[in-house]
Amino acid sequence: MEPAIYLDNNATTRVDPEVVAAMLPFFTEHFGNASSMHGFGTAAGAGLARARTQIQALLGAAHDHEVVFTSGGSESDTAAILSALAAYPERREIVTSAVEHPAVLSLCQYLAKQEGYRLHVIPVDERGRLDLEAYREALSERVAVVSIMWANNETGTLFPVEQLAEMAHALDIPFHTDAVQVVGKLPLKLADSAIDMLSLSGHKLHGPKGIGALYIKRGTRFRPLIRGGHQERGRRAGTENVPGIVGLGRAAELALAGLTDENTRVRALRDRLEQGLLARIDHCFVTGDVDNRLPNTANLAFEFIEGEAILLLLNREGVAASSGSACTSGSLEPSHVMRAMGIPYTAAHGATRFSLSRETTEAEIDRVVAVLPGIVERLRSLSPYWNAAEGTTKTFEPAYA
Amino acid sequence: MWNYSEKVKDHFFNPRNAGVLEQPDGVGEVGSIACGDALKLMIKVSPADSRILDARFQTFGCGSAIASSSALTEMIIGKTIDEALTVTNQDIAGYLGGLPPEKMHCSVMGAEALRAAIANYRGEALEAEDDEDGALVCKCFGITEGLLTRAIRTNALTTVETVTAYTKAGGSCATCRDKIEMVLGDVNADMVSEGLLDSARAFRYRGRGLAEAAPVTTPAPARPTAPARPAQVRPSHAAAAKPAAARPAGGALTLVRKIALIQEALEAVRPTFQRDGGDVELVDVDGDTVSVQLFGTCVDCSMSSFTLHMVQEKLSEALGRPVRVVPADDSLAA
Ligand SMILES: Cc1ncc(COP(=O)(O)O)c(C=O)c1O
Repeated sequence: MEPAIYLDNNATTRVDPEVVAAMLPFFTEHFGNASSMHGFGTAAGAGLARARTQIQALLGAAHDHEVVFTSGGSESDTAAILSALAAYPERREIVTSAVEHPAVLSLCQYLAKQEGYRLHVIPVDERGRLDLEAYREALSERVAVVSIMWANNETGTLFPVEQLAEMAHALDIPFHTDAVQVVGKLPLKLADSAIDMLSLSGHKLHGPKGIGALYIKRGTRFRPLIRGGHQERGRRAGTENVPGIVGLGRAAELALAGLTDENTRVRALRDRLEQGLLARIDHCFVTGDVDNRLPNTANLAFEFIEGEAILLLLNREGVAASSGSACTSGSLEPSHVMRAMGIPYTAAHGATRFSLSRETTEAEIDRVVAVLPGIVERLRSLSPYWNAAEGTTKTFEPAYA
Repeated sequence: MWNYSEKVKDHFFNPRNAGVLEQPDGVGEVGSIACGDALKLMIKVSPADSRILDARFQTFGCGSAIASSSALTEMIIGKTIDEALTVTNQDIAGYLGGLPPEKMHCSVMGAEALRAAIANYRGEALEAEDDEDGALVCKCFGITEGLLTRAIRTNALTTVETVTAYTKAGGSCATCRDKIEMVLGDVNADMVSEGLLDSARAFRYRGRGLAEAAPVTTPAPARPTAPARPAQVRPSHAAAAKPAAARPAGGALTLVRKIALIQEALEAVRPTFQRDGGDVELVDVDGDTVSVQLFGTCVDCSMSSFTLHMVQEKLSEALGRPVRVVPADDSLAA
């Protein structure tokens, strides 16, 4: 078999060997506790300080102390939302979107159900664009926090979060964004934005898993999720994961250097993939806001076939991708993102995501374009909904439907 | 990624009998594109001996759905219709070397498609089939009470979670959870009274069932002792078409005469049962429904539904009209 082609970088990325190299000394030589008053502690502390400025640079943040290290995207999301609720106890409403990652959506639904918060879930249209009118209407002085993602992990669709943050600020509502998929892929300048809090995760940008950060704009009221020692200026207790933080810092530095490549070469490869597939495969379309999305993400819905079957056959060809189909997750419904966009079931089950990275090559893309049409054809020939002779669907209405 | 057995992978990557069967004698279609999987099973049946000569499938669905369909066709080709009817979803899963619990519904879909194809072959209208299958419990996935009952019995299910994994019912909006609990409670209670289920494991609709408190929620997909049953006890096309050998002159039977004929016919088949260490006894006659009690090895063997079907054919023949033969408890519940 040919070497594996990894096109699932929105799920996680390979840790860059340079990141690993930067981390290694912090396991063995500089193993100290950053809080300690001796040389071992000093070395660890220096590692933390450097990483903080590396993240600051990637985010375009005004101050390095606006960066708080956490265990990853999910913790950052949780800390941000719960902090705002604790800081504004008299406000009993939360605004979010229908296509958030479960790290935000499940938490918000839990808060609505168990804690009695009123939840505004802003819908999206068929291209995955946020309903700005509904958003405007949901904002009021009763809202404790807005949490809306910057880029969607399934389709790559970008929300205008800087504008959304300004709208929230006009009513003095704290604004949080889950930017886990954006950080490292697009240039950012948080110093000039109204965003109060932002989540990022190391393993999405060729850094290690289990490390992330929450950006908290200077002056934002913050209530810690984890109390204890005085680490992270009391905003996140617990002895720091120094090797992880150092790795995240180095990953941020490499991502910043790679931003141009990401937005030129990687974007062109993504477009080549999409156009190649669209030209060779009927009854398939790109989901999401095509003109306004991450440069690395392509999500194509193949009608009348099911995503897990596509992935299994792709995997046999050495291609790793992912799917919004029900079967791949063990849930029984296709992804909430596809459903929120109103993608018909005939296509939602066959939605397949290819997410590229700076490591992706043209030869890899061409290989996918070469093998996928055969896979789709093969599955369609098995499908009762597909009529090969007419190249379309036929009536098929089973006993229980 | 799912941990599929080698057999599942083989049947997915190299599906047997995929495609359209021209001029099929029976077609069974289950599932829907909204549900995420759908299966169309087509069979060709020899008129001489009711043997399935060929079977083909078309499936929309995941790896295990395609593998289950492929395995099903391989299992039923060469079987008679009656033999095919004894194939349960457990048999399909077993044939594939097991399926992950979340994927058991794929094997249930196969068993249901087989049932539908045979009903279609026998000329039973699908609408009638649906009515008979009872009320719709899960609207999202179109799951009827009949399907739930069969899946619960065949797989000895005792929790709502496993019912969802095996049938999908309740896997979407979950508003039908109460109805699922009710069906589960009823069917488990029946199974306990039939000696098919340990009462400690049974789900109780009223109050928290012990089974729910137990830590294990995913039973091993091993073959349970409970045999499949109700799907097979239908008036058969074959039986109805047989010449009315013993039909008495002068139309309708009196009840006494009817019972006498049934007793006579049962006596004739008893030696067959006794040879295998079992027995059969008449319990009740209600219209065209005859309830019988099976004893000994017949009860637990997976052939009991087959046995009932055999009795049904004999009785239909004796009375000159199709009758329905059910195990004794079934008629009490009805
Ligand atoms: C948009 C988004 N938010 C949050 C997360 C969770 O991040 P983590 O895995 O670091 O907890 C992910 C990744 O899975 C994501 O894609």
